[in-house]
This record gives sequence, structure tokens and C-alpha cells, in this order.
Amino acid sequence: MNTNVESTTRTITYRQALNETLRAELERDEKVFLVGEEIGVFEGSYKITAGLLEDFGPERVLDAPIAEEGFVGAALGAAMLGMRPVVEIMTINFSLIAIDQIVNHAAKMRSMFAGQVSIPLVIRMPGGGGQQLAATHSQNLEVWYAHIPGLKVVAPSTPADAKALLTAAIRDDDPVIFLENLSLYSAKGEVPDGEQVAEIGKAAVVATGTDLTIVSYSRGTTTALEVARQLEAEGLSIEVVDLRSLRPLDRDTICASVRKTGHAVVFEDDWLSYGIGAEISATIGEGVFDFLDAPVRRVAAAEVPLPYAKALEKAALPSAADLAKVVREVLNISSTPNDK
Amino acid sequence: MAAKARTRPKAVVESTGGEPADTLRDYYERMSLVRAFELRSSEMYARAKIGGYCHLNLGEEATVVGLMAAIEARDYLFTGYRDHGYALLRGLAPERVMAELFGKVTGVSGGRGGSMHLFDEETRLFGGYGIVGGQLPPATGAALALKTQETAGPDAAAVMCLLGDGTTNIGAFHESLNLAGLWKLPIVYVIVNNGLGMGTTVEKASAEPELYKRGASYRMPGIRVDGDDVLAVRDAARDALKQAREQRQPVLLEVMCYRLRGHSVVDPARYRSPEDTTIAQQSDPVPSFRAELIASGVLTEADAAAIDEAADLRVSEAVVFADESPEPDVADLFKYVYATPVANAPSALPGEPVMDAL
Ligand SMILES: Cc1ncc(C[n+]2csc(CCOP(=O)(O)OP(=O)(O)O)c2C)c(N)n1
Ligand SMILES: [Mg+2]
Repeated sequence: MNTNVESTTRTITYRQALNETLRAELERDEKVFLVGEEIGVFEGSYKITAGLLEDFGPERVLDAPIAEEGFVGAALGAAMLGMRPVVEIMTINFSLIAIDQIVNHAAKMRSMFAGQVSIPLVIRMPGGGGQQLAATHSQNLEVWYAHIPGLKVVAPSTPADAKALLTAAIRDDDPVIFLENLSLYSAKGEVPDGEQVAEIGKAAVVATGTDLTIVSYSRGTTTALEVARQLEAEGLSIEVVDLRSLRPLDRDTICASVRKTGHAVVFEDDWLSYGIGAEISATIGEGVFDFLDAPVRRVAAAEVPLPYAKALEKAALPSAADLAKVVREVLNISSTPNDK
Repeated sequence: MAAKARTRPKAVVESTGGEPADTLRDYYERMSLVRAFELRSSEMYARAKIGGYCHLNLGEEATVVGLMAAIEARDYLFTGYRDHGYALLRGLAPERVMAELFGKVTGVSGGRGGSMHLFDEETRLFGGYGIVGGQLPPATGAALALKTQETAGPDAAAVMCLLGDGTTNIGAFHESLNLAGLWKLPIVYVIVNNGLGMGTTVEKASAEPELYKRGASYRMPGIRVDGDDVLAVRDAARDALKQAREQRQPVLLEVMCYRLRGHSVVDPARYRSPEDTTIAQQSDPVPSFRAELIASGVLTEADAAAIDEAADLRVSEAVVFADESPEPDVADLFKYVYATPVANAPSALPGEPVMDAL
């Protein structure tokens, strides 16, 4: 996907990759500006924008009051006039306050006004549970946006993809929802130097295998890779498809993989019913039904508002052990006793 | 970049004259309890007994005590996530509040809500809310229900809805106040103005930084009071509640106070200027009220020390209780999802098949 193959790399965090990319794009294009709560003086709730106010000033890095509907809509309006706003919403949970501007407006305008206006708007926000932030602050609502025609939704799982997909999102002429994850910010990975622009709409096979395909995205991909490595030791060959883009969805890459392995499990952090996994599962059913040796299974969150208490939270969220168990079930291999 | 210090002159407790000594002593006991509870919460967070987000009332004790002295048992209280002190002074046992922070089944919300989501039906604490502004429309609706359920008068109930200064910039604030003004609802909106919403000063967040003036847009009295003065807060809140219950006149009350520490326990507040931090420390209502009561002869130094010690002991008991309480049972994960049993309600844990092959 990334064109520049020969570049040198550095090992940096997901957070740093985002920060450097924002900096590079602010430098490259004066139409780019950042807006969000606490992104300037406070340097971002998760410190993604550290140092940017200082270097680019308050006209390029705008601290907004707590008014998600207002500033998301304002960014949209600025985008209509050719600016390239990059909005930070503190977490995906708070984007619900802005959902009218995103769904009823940003996603609609280009079509509804017959292509007369483009919306080069990026909305960055982290999702994710598992930090005892309780029901309202732990949601994985990306499927809400992935459902909407007119939006593009990307969900990088590595620092390298964070860089390449964010660069692509900022240079894209359509509204892009850029999904981050609280538990990925400190994750490290190799990131190629120099300009990297991913192609939005493409998945990646991040581990190759022949027995079964795990499809996942964002934080889930890191768990999928962990499980694939663990099962490799048991002699299983697992392929991992990292979606990277939730809308558009790269159905070809998913189906090509399952055609080869004959087995598929979707690992997702959102709730099971009507979730990302439901779409993947249906895609596999339509595309490669004849190649399947077992039903597609989904490993997703328990369908409950996520409780604060540690034990309940842990039980409700999908884990590596849950995934390994389901992989074995699909492959009809009896569980080893040291499973959860 | 440090935020500019607020220029508001520091308030002293104006006069304790005329107030029964017992009442003053009682208020100090409450302040001391909130202080001790919050300091211990911070400590328990550092020891990983408490997780998630944890926002403290440190520096806001006079406001908490004053407001909770004004509200009646029959009134309903809605608040944001900075809610520990209010829960304690609404009469909830420190044990049950600390247990909630510890995520234990004995907690006020069964360990499911945590620090930001304290709820107690019995004392009409109708929630801590973690989404900024989330409490405003429901609080307004509670006042609408009271209006239909009761006749106005001195015995009627009212709603007190607490919110932060930063919360006045969200749409829900404006929509709610408009509804309350239009429908003449028995509600008092209290802006606990601690000068900051996370790292953002009021002046940087609100085009009209004199927040009480925003009441005018909704033909609602807007009142500002010194939040370091417990009696002034109590009297202003009582008067506002009286207007709400007797005349169904909603009121916007702004209480000026300081946040002594970071936004939450994990925020070192580096964005704050040294001047601002100094002012916040100088305005600390707990030592100043203590000194005031000693100076006016209400308490001796020994009395005050005994009160502080008792508060600390009370909190220690709460910690032991919380620590020894059991976690909620995983078998009860789905227990509260629906009030009415419903066919096909999901109950699968992650990795469990949603259906058996037919
Ligand atoms: C809709 C929404 N946006 C953002 C946040 C994140 N957030 C939590 S508290 C807070 C600041 C609120 O400040 P203020 O209203 O002054 O209350 P204080 O914390 O000072 O008590 C922000 C931005 C949130 N919880 N909900
Ligand atoms: Mg505040």
C-alpha cells in the first residue's frame, strides 16, 4: 500500500506517529488547521497535539470550548470554503453530540448538492474500553459511522498506518472519520521516514497463514496477531486481515483470504448485534460460501453498557483467550486446559 | 503556556455572626469530611484501588457544604462527575461512596458506575453524569415532572442541577435553560465556577465570562455568589430554591470557587500559572473557615483537631469497608440491562456462540 519501500524506519509510538503527521501536514499545507477541546494549552487529553500550539500558533491550533456540535459543524463550514480542518474529539463517545453535523450534514452535502461542494474534513477520535471508564466513556461506536454513505472511516492498528492513513485522510477531499484507540496510543512500531500516503479503502494481510483467517481492525488487530503467534506454537497457521478501512470495506482482500483458509473468525471490540463482524460475516457468506469449512464466528463485546467494576468490565470485553477459544472451536480442535 | 490568574479578589468568610455555633461547627465537620474523603480518594487512586476517571472536590468544600445545607431532603439533585462531596453530604454513608469508587457491589451504584456515576434513589441523588451537560436535560425533565405532580408552595420539591463553568458552553445548557424559562419549572441550575474546564479558563471558553448573566437570555434571575463563603452559598441557594418551589421560577446561580488540584487525580495541572495556583491555595476554604471559627471562639484549636481526626477516622472505616466488600458477580453482568424481561435479550459473553447450529 505504501509506495516508499526503501525508506529508513524508526521505532516510535502510535501517539508520536500521529503527532509527527499532524506537524508535517500543518507545515505542508497552510489550509490545514486543528480544532478541538484542550488540544492547545493542555496539549490534548492524550497528548497527541503536544507542542503544536507553540509551533503553529492559535490560528492553526484552535482550542474550542466544550461544544462538540458547534465546533465540528464549524470545521465542516470551513471545509466547505476549502480549508482542511482536522478535528479532535476527545473520545468517540462525545461525538454523539456532534452526530447531526457529521451524519446529516458532512456526509450528505456533496451528494445532495450534486458535487458542487467537497468536504475535506478529518475527525480524529479514540474509541475503546478496558480502562474502567464506565458505560458512557468506553464505547466502540465506529459502526455508527461505518454505516453512513458519504463518510470514509479508517482505523489504523499500527504507528506506521497511523501515519500513512492520517496523511491520506488529511489530503482526502471527503469527510474522513479517523478512529484511534485509547489502548494503542503507547504502542510502538516501526514507521518509515518520509512521506507515506496510504490508499484509503484497502485492507492488509498482516500475517499469512493457511488454516484460518482472523479479520479485525484497530486494537483488535494487535490481539489477533498475538493469538496467531500463540497458536503458531501449537502448529496452527493463522492469517490475519487488518481492515484498516471500515468504509469503504475491502471485501476482496477478506474473501481472498477466506477462500484460501476456509475458516474465518471476526474479532471486534464493538457489540455483537449489527456490528462490524456482522458485515464481514455476511460478506464472506456472499462471496466465498462454497469455500467455507465451518460457519463464520464473531468474537465481540457482551451486549451490556460497560460496567466500571474491573471484573465485570473484563468479562464483557473480548480477550485474546476468547479469540483463541473460538479459533479452536472453528477448527474443531479441543481446548487446551490452560485456556481462560 | 500558563493560564492567567483570575483577578477576582480573595474572599474571606464575611461574618459568622448570628449563626448558631452548632451550625457552624456542623458545617466545619462536613467540610472536613469532604476534605478527608477526597485526599484519601486520591491516595487510593495512586494505590490502584480506584480506577478510571476520578475528579475531586478539593478546594470546593465550602460550595459543596453550602449547597447541600440549602437543599431539602425532598428535593432532587443532579450533578456532573465531580460528585463525591455532594453524595456524602446528601447523607450517603462514606462506606457506600468509597465502595463505589472501589468498584464493589456494596457501592451506591453497585460498582457499575464508579466515581463519575454516583446515584442513590433514596436520598434523591439522581446521578453523577460523565458526559458534559448530560445531566441538564434530565434535570429539567425532573422539574417538569414535579410541576405536574405537585402544587407550588413552600412544601413543594424542586430540582437542583449542578454543572461546571465549562459546561455552560454546550448546547444542552442553553436548550435546557430555555425550556425551564419557557415552562416555568421548579429548578435551580448551579454553575460551580472553579475557573477551569480541564485546562481552559472561563475567559477562553465563554464569550460572556460572567456566566450568571446568561440567565437573562431565558428571563431567569442570574445570581453570583462567593463559593468560599459557606453561609453566602447556603443563603443564595436557599433563596433560589424558594423561588423555584414557591413561584416555579427557575434560577441560575453561579458559585465562584477554586479547584485546588488538577482536573482529575492524574492531571498535574502544569498549564496553571504559579499565581493562579497561589490564589487557589490562599482561598482554600477549609483552613480559612477553620481559622475563622477558632478566631470567633466557636471552636478551640483542640476541637478543630478532634473534628479533623474524626473525619479521617470515618474515612478510614469507609476504606476498610470498601476494601473488604466483594466485587460484583460476573454472573450478574446482564442483570440491569432491561427493567422488563424481554424475549431474546442478548446474554452471550465474548466468544460464546450466539446460536446453536440448527
Ligand atoms: C460532551 C463531553 N465533551 C467532553 C468531555 C470531556 N470533559 C470531561 S470534564 C471536561 C471539563 C468540564 O469542565 P467544567 O464544566 O468546568 O467542570 P469541572 O471539571 O471544572 O468541574 C471535559 C472537557 C465530556 N466528558 N463530555
Ligand atoms: Mg470548571
